[in-house]
Amino acid sequence: MRPSPARTPFIVRLGRSFDARSWLLVGLFAAFALIAVPLMHLLLPPENPLHLSTYFITLTGKILCYAIVAVAMDLIWGYGGILSLGHGLFFALGGYTFGMYLMREIGRDGSYQSDLPDFMVFLDWKELPWFWTGSDHFLWAVLLVLIVPALIAFIFGYFAFRSRIKGVYFSIITQALTYAAMLLFFRNETGFGGNNGFTDFKRILGYSITAPETRVVLFGLSALALIGTLLLARYLVTSKFGRILTAIRDAESRVMFIGYNPLWYKLFVWTLSAMLCAIAGALYVPQVGIINPSEMAVANSIEIAIWVAVGGRGTLIGAVIGAFIVNLAKSWFTVSFPEYWLFFLGTLFIVSTLWLPQGVVGLYRRLQAGRGSAQDSEPAAAPGAAVATAATVAAVAKGAGV
Amino acid sequence: MRTIGFFVFGWLLSMSCALAAIDPALLRPLASDGNDAKIAAITALADGAQREALPVLKSMLKGSLALAGERVVIVDGQRVIDAATNSEIIPAPQVTESIGINNRLRRELASTLAALRLFSGDREIRWEAAQELASGADAELLPLLEKALASEADAEIKGTLQMAHAQASLGSGDALVRLAAVRLLGASGDPNVLQLLGPLTEKRAGNWIEPDSAVRAAAGTSIRAIENRLAFAENVGRAFTGVSLASILLLAALGLAITYGVMGVINMAHGELLMVGAYSAWAMQSVFQAYFPNLVDWYLLAAIPAGFLTAALVGVLMERVVIRHLYGRPLETLLATWGISLFLIQVARTVFGAQNVEVANPVWMAGAIEVMPNLLLPWNRIIIIGFSIAVLAAMWAILNLSRMGMFVRAVTQNRPMAGCVGVPTGRIDSMAFALGAGIAGLGGVALSQIANVGPDMGQGYIVDSFMVVVLGGVGQLAGAVWAALGLGVLTKFLEGWTGAVVAKIAVLVIIIIFIQKRPQGLFALKGRFVES
Repeated sequence: MRPSPARTPFIVRLGRSFDARSWLLVGLFAAFALIAVPLMHLLLPPENPLHLSTYFITLTGKILCYAIVAVAMDLIWGYGGILSLGHGLFFALGGYTFGMYLMREIGRDGSYQSDLPDFMVFLDWKELPWFWTGSDHFLWAVLLVLIVPALIAFIFGYFAFRSRIKGVYFSIITQALTYAAMLLFFRNETGFGGNNGFTDFKRILGYSITAPETRVVLFGLSALALIGTLLLARYLVTSKFGRILTAIRDAESRVMFIGYNPLWYKLFVWTLSAMLCAIAGALYVPQVGIINPSEMAVANSIEIAIWVAVGGRGTLIGAVIGAFIVNLAKSWFTVSFPEYWLFFLGTLFIVSTLWLPQGVVGLYRRLQAGRGSAQDSEPAAAPGAAVATAATVAAVAKGAGV
Repeated sequence: MRTIGFFVFGWLLSMSCALAAIDPALLRPLASDGNDAKIAAITALADGAQREALPVLKSMLKGSLALAGERVVIVDGQRVIDAATNSEIIPAPQVTESIGINNRLRRELASTLAALRLFSGDREIRWEAAQELASGADAELLPLLEKALASEADAEIKGTLQMAHAQASLGSGDALVRLAAVRLLGASGDPNVLQLLGPLTEKRAGNWIEPDSAVRAAAGTSIRAIENRLAFAENVGRAFTGVSLASILLLAALGLAITYGVMGVINMAHGELLMVGAYSAWAMQSVFQAYFPNLVDWYLLAAIPAGFLTAALVGVLMERVVIRHLYGRPLETLLATWGISLFLIQVARTVFGAQNVEVANPVWMAGAIEVMPNLLLPWNRIIIIGFSIAVLAAMWAILNLSRMGMFVRAVTQNRPMAGCVGVPTGRIDSMAFALGAGIAGLGGVALSQIANVGPDMGQGYIVDSFMVVVLGGVGQLAGAVWAALGLGVLTKFLEGWTGAVVAKIAVLVIIIIFIQKRPQGLFALKGRFVES
């Protein structure tokens, strides 16, 4: 990334990455999440029809975290053409690193009344392993959340992109990576609680983790993180960097011949994506109250891809919409018709790839275009670009598939 | 249990009519006080009376031996039997004292009984008795063993007896006898012998347990020899389980290699095709149980075509309905096939239930070959290795000798060119997919014999079989074979050193590093290819 002659200040360019209508939507969403939700949850009595239950807060907060992951996924898949089947790993790593802090915050209130986390007492460990050093400091935990998954992603990505592993090969290798990590975390000796992972959290920064106020704050933080992620992603993809990234997705060799080194572009967006996932994971764990190795299961990581596919690849808001659609459907199905959930999810995978290549957002745009009202240039240009993209991808993939 | 006991007893009684009476002087010491005296009495009785002593010692082991005055009798419910003549005493005398036994005596009696069985006329009984003694015999049995050795004609039994004799002689007071025994034991491959020899080379409270230095040295040599033999057997065993794992990986990966090679399609539902094959084996088993109960051992032969065809059918459906429409979009295909796999899992759960179903090994696959005491090669694994070799050979023949195989290779190498010269690439895709799915079905049939059959069984094999394909390179049978072998054997050897989970992680890391060096896999196709 060469620093472009930045005449317009960064903050202005950041502001310009959304148009007026999008800013309005973002503002409405922020007002809802930061003002309306706390009021409706804390002040209104439970009998009031407008009262938001704890269930609502936890579920929506959880999905907000998923939405961050979906946007991170959309960045690398929708714009970079890199399908990662290992994003669950970074999400879980973020959760684990923050979970370490939450475990230390339990203090002596665990079942064994020891300074050590319960599972270590259970394993008869006498002192904390070295990588738990400093985990009782909130800021250190936040730092770890930002650094550890990003570092792992950077190292892995460097070697993978350097040897030009791409397409399905890359997907499979990331799948193997998260699978290996899952096996590793399942072991008690790894020092992260084995099968059970971390749970029974009591406090965060001294506040009770189950208190309604804490929940509302965590919910608000998740909403802010999602807005920040969207803004950052939008800024990136509309910048020169984003255009080069898209070019690499569509014709990597040509970009190379022009003189760019795709390695650094891919590596940057890959590491950033992992970092966003880790933040989402760190926000997710205190809200859900548990983190265990099954978060790294292969199936979970593939599900992330389907959120993006359902919402619409290459449309950042689509990723958010997809995450909400799929996860709301999941929580409805698993309560009402648990035996049909896999049928639904399986069908969703097939339908969204066969008939909805641009997802819900693409469908909406097609319907709008069908009405003959090409409102302004931006939404009209996007489907066109998407079609051209699909064609190039198809041509490239045909070559690779031989 | 009790009734059987009476029958056996009755049989012993009827047999005993032909036997001579035992000298009461040999019997009386059995009732003496103290373990040592009783053991001496048992040995003397066995040595002096051999076959006639059998019922007496068996009764003693059961605790039904008693003393009626000075006579040793066997109490059998209401009846009282004279131990010397083995005939019922009428009227039954008053039992004055029962002859108690403890664990030490029980052990002694058991091995003496085994030694006595060495004189049976039936070869099988002698063979079993010899094996029983070879895993632990006391010095008291030496005279009996020597007698048995002298009378034994069968070479196999004789060899086992010699080992038993050597073990028993370790307790001898004569250093030369011990030396000979230690040397002989060095030829054993039995891990139990190590525990026997081990103490001979150790010190207890500053003194050598074995006083004679020559015996100590010989024991050291023998221990090393046995350890070498055991280590060798262990390595052979590991290599065998590695090859066995490789055969499973190969069956799972062959189909995947074809579909990926021909169409560039990663079929995430491949594991579920294995599951389809395994369930067809189960279905065949049920059909045979219901309609051909006397042929039930051969259901597996019917399951092979059934598994192939069912899986191939599911594969063709998948290809026609979904995959065909996603050509040139490998990442979407990956997601769509994952959706299919979820769908198939739920179908299996709905139809067959979420629990595992039981698929039994046919009788001809049960059991194992014992190569060495610590090296067992199970028949089902051997047969599966053979089966996968047969499948491999069939695949090779189809790909290299048939017209369709030639087309498949052509499409794999250069799809547009193959299309230009008239290869019906669309139909070849369908056929290749059906073939790959069918082979997965065969893999499922094989898996049903060694693994649990349940709706989720396929999931565990996806990552592994992908690794085989990635490692082996695309569109190459040889690549898949070497990758499967390498992965299987490497995994099993690593498991031996580090445990299963770490081994798995290590293998995955090794693959990731390997891909760095050779992104095209072990065997890259040579020729002109369009690279993106």
